[in-house]
Amino acid sequence: MMQAPTVVPFPFPSRPAERHGSSAQAFVVTLYYTRSFTAMPYKLTVNGRSTTVDVPADMPLLWVLRDTLNLHGTKFGCGIGQCGACTVHLNGVPARACLTPISVVGEKAVTTIEGLSANGTHPVQVAWQDLDVPQCGYCQAGQIMSAAALLAKTPKPTDQQIDTAMNGNLCRCGTYLRIRKAIHKAAELGSTGHSKRPTGAAGAAGGGNNNE
Amino acid sequence: MRIDRRSFLRISALAGGGVALGLYETPKAVAQGRGGPQAPIDPHAFIRVAPDNTVTIVAKNPELGQGVRTMLPMLIAEELDVDWKQVKIEQADIDPSKYNGQSAGGSTATPTNWTPMRQVGAAGRALFVTAAAGTWSVPESELTTTSGRVLHKTSDRSLTYGQLAAKVATMPPPDVSKLKLKDPSEYKIIGHAQPGVDVKAITMGKAPFCIDTTLPGMKFAVYEKCGVFGGKVVSANLDEIKKMPGVRGAFVYERPQITEPIIPGEPGLESGIAIVADSWWLAQSARKKLQVKWDEGPHADQSSEQFAKNAAEMSKQEPQWTIRKDGDVDAAFKGAAKVVEGAYSYPFISHAPLEPQNCTAHFKDGKLEIWTNSQQPGGGRRLAAQIAEIDQNDVLVHQIRGGGGFGRRLYNDYMAEAAYIAKQMAGTPVKLVWTREDDMAHDYYRPGGFQYLKGAVDASGKVVGWQNHFVSYGADKKFVASGAMGPTEFPQRFIPNYALNASVQPLGIRTGALRAPSSNAFAFVIQQFIDELAHAAGKDPVQMRLELLSSGAEGPGMNASRMIGVVKAAAEMSNWGKRTLPKGTGMGIAFHFSHAGYFAHVAEVKVDAQSKIKLNKVWVAGDIGSQIINPSGAENISEGAVIDGLSEMMGQEITLEKGRVTQTNYHQHTMVRIAQAPTSIEIKFLKTEFSPTGLGEPALPPALPAVANAIFAATGKRVRELPLTKSGYSWA
Repeated sequence: MMQAPTVVPFPFPSRPAERHGSSAQAFVVTLYYTRSFTAMPYKLTVNGRSTTVDVPADMPLLWVLRDTLNLHGTKFGCGIGQCGACTVHLNGVPARACLTPISVVGEKAVTTIEGLSANGTHPVQVAWQDLDVPQCGYCQAGQIMSAAALLAKTPKPTDQQIDTAMNGNLCRCGTYLRIRKAIHKAAELGSTGHSKRPTGAAGAAGGGNNNE
Repeated sequence: MRIDRRSFLRISALAGGGVALGLYETPKAVAQGRGGPQAPIDPHAFIRVAPDNTVTIVAKNPELGQGVRTMLPMLIAEELDVDWKQVKIEQADIDPSKYNGQSAGGSTATPTNWTPMRQVGAAGRALFVTAAAGTWSVPESELTTTSGRVLHKTSDRSLTYGQLAAKVATMPPPDVSKLKLKDPSEYKIIGHAQPGVDVKAITMGKAPFCIDTTLPGMKFAVYEKCGVFGGKVVSANLDEIKKMPGVRGAFVYERPQITEPIIPGEPGLESGIAIVADSWWLAQSARKKLQVKWDEGPHADQSSEQFAKNAAEMSKQEPQWTIRKDGDVDAAFKGAAKVVEGAYSYPFISHAPLEPQNCTAHFKDGKLEIWTNSQQPGGGRRLAAQIAEIDQNDVLVHQIRGGGGFGRRLYNDYMAEAAYIAKQMAGTPVKLVWTREDDMAHDYYRPGGFQYLKGAVDASGKVVGWQNHFVSYGADKKFVASGAMGPTEFPQRFIPNYALNASVQPLGIRTGALRAPSSNAFAFVIQQFIDELAHAAGKDPVQMRLELLSSGAEGPGMNASRMIGVVKAAAEMSNWGKRTLPKGTGMGIAFHFSHAGYFAHVAEVKVDAQSKIKLNKVWVAGDIGSQIINPSGAENISEGAVIDGLSEMMGQEITLEKGRVTQTNYHQHTMVRIAQAPTSIEIKFLKTEFSPTGLGEPALPPALPAVANAIFAATGKRVRELPLTKSGYSWA
């Protein structure tokens, strides 16, 4: 089994075009398409549950999650690690599921947005709800997974640290200012315990719970 | 949809004693062509009250991030007088017999729905009041409502709407013209920040987007098209493809060379090859083994380089035609104290919404069911019916949340593909998903363009002449879609001698509306050239704008006094002219009127010696009327509009080579990332006496010229070409 290309390096280099053309990545891409299409069983741990999937070795984790395991929270945006909509955690480290062939996941614990918390109560999720961050919402699962990984390592990040950690996640609607604020808020919530839902204006107004 | 005396409400009972209300238009009103061709509206169309007093409000329009699934139901809930917390939202299917105007585009949701949706709510409330008055035998005037209850304070009695629902179901509908709408001072929902109704589900990864549609037995499809628009398949190795793992079907759609849409405004279906497989990955893997011989058609030689050369050549020749002429520009230039010229240009750009184009369709027993994120699903329904060769009444269209639209999903080409594939795979539901590369190569691009401007100021510093040779794309004095400039484009009627001339060159790719169509490019040109004239006249850019806006005749479109209001507000917010800025830092102002909205932006920009740009702050002043319906959504959308504009300004460009789009993905068609976003965007909405209008589009156009003018203020260099990367700029 080939060595894991697993993760697009974090933080994102400032010039993605060059990174995209790097020889390491070209190598990975070439390998994907020359491997056999024959399906094989792969044992995975996703959101704490063990499962076995019978898929081709080159099938990216993204499509295994979405089409084999019906976990649709992880999104397809670009397929080349440019947008971050497919961000999941592998052993707690953010990874681009679109560039991670199933064959290299191995025993690493996969966490998707669906596994971040049972009821949407992770501090990052609560902060996102309270500040009403999303517009279309398509990138937000990836944003939240990147933010959660950042806060796990850096509980009180500066704006600079936020920008560095989140620079690989595109938001086509441009919700970046709210994302920055929400990460600061999540940091506060995390330091005071996140089980209690704050009773801010948004919370009192229903917290967007109309269609949970 | 419009409502007047000829509209009336109908009610009907629901199973379980609930009640449904719907707003109707009479056939007569429809026959007269008002409010579109559809009517009457279904009785169950908008409101359902269950016996337990839960209120379900139907959201009729497509949601792609504009917040309309929250905003339109807020209008109904306010006048119905229920608590927002007790409201559940349900998405309407496409049904012209029930709902008018189910589309997303042109910032129209607010102006077209502001009154009708409140009337729907008020009509509902009136019925519950009447029902309670009858139950208690008291005059309606003694009754009040709150939180979905009718109260009779003198006798201390109350009934919930749910308790009254069965009775309401038997009552005649109220006369819409007699409904009293709330005074804005009474609003409990409108004007109060409401988080998006789906925000929690989105943060949990549980809000279904169109691409998440999953049906039992569903297969997955990809569709390969020629890189040159209009090209068609000559031959392909389909026998080999069909033998690949998991492949269930592979077939060629041969369409005669596309010369015109099969429905006006709709694309029809491009020739291509569909591959259907057990998983999307297997379909896509098989696609990589495709060997196709294409007939590339007549457009295989076009290139952006040639377009630019042609435009430069055309600029030296007589314009092909004149769009508008006021006064005598030649005389104005002869008599001017100063004449300024500027050649501006902007490229094709792609919409690139984050959710790739996709559509799920199921053709069974002569009927088609479709799940789509279209911005114009009604048109998509008609198109799908044509493609599947069935009556459109046999096409059921479900609206599923879209991951951004920005105008791309006004065009239903991907719906047409899904309909076609589903018919070939009759009995099996099929989900078609494009790659990002498909999307970038097969968009309806924002048309590029060239503008050759000449302006004159007199000895007093007044602008006395303005001439534009607008070089766009088209043929026979007609512009391609979204490639036109109209005869009243600003500063027409504000300058006595004004000439707008045009020339076009032929184009072989599709163009279309991108968020704030035309305006997203025109503002960059016009608002910079006004700055050029201000500097030539030795005037402050704000002062020049205020003078210009004060000098015009009344006319259609822009109301100059409203624009003066936002220019003054933006200047005041940013402390314009009163701040001392460090060397290399500058401020710029720009305004633009579009989609009935008035916006002025000020940008403060730092430019270093390597032409790296840091945006310190942007101030946004907007006037979209008397009421901001959802302040949370409005602020979010405005911030996003600025950032979207910055993306277009700095890095976005679609170029053609040998008839094909050069860029393939986000690394070549870049958008602003978080580290490049401004630290702060300050937004102020002026409340004016005018009826509320839309926001998504008008908030964008001034962002580009405000920054470009700030770059000039910081460096003395004028950037007349988009994107800025072509002039050596980049984000700090």
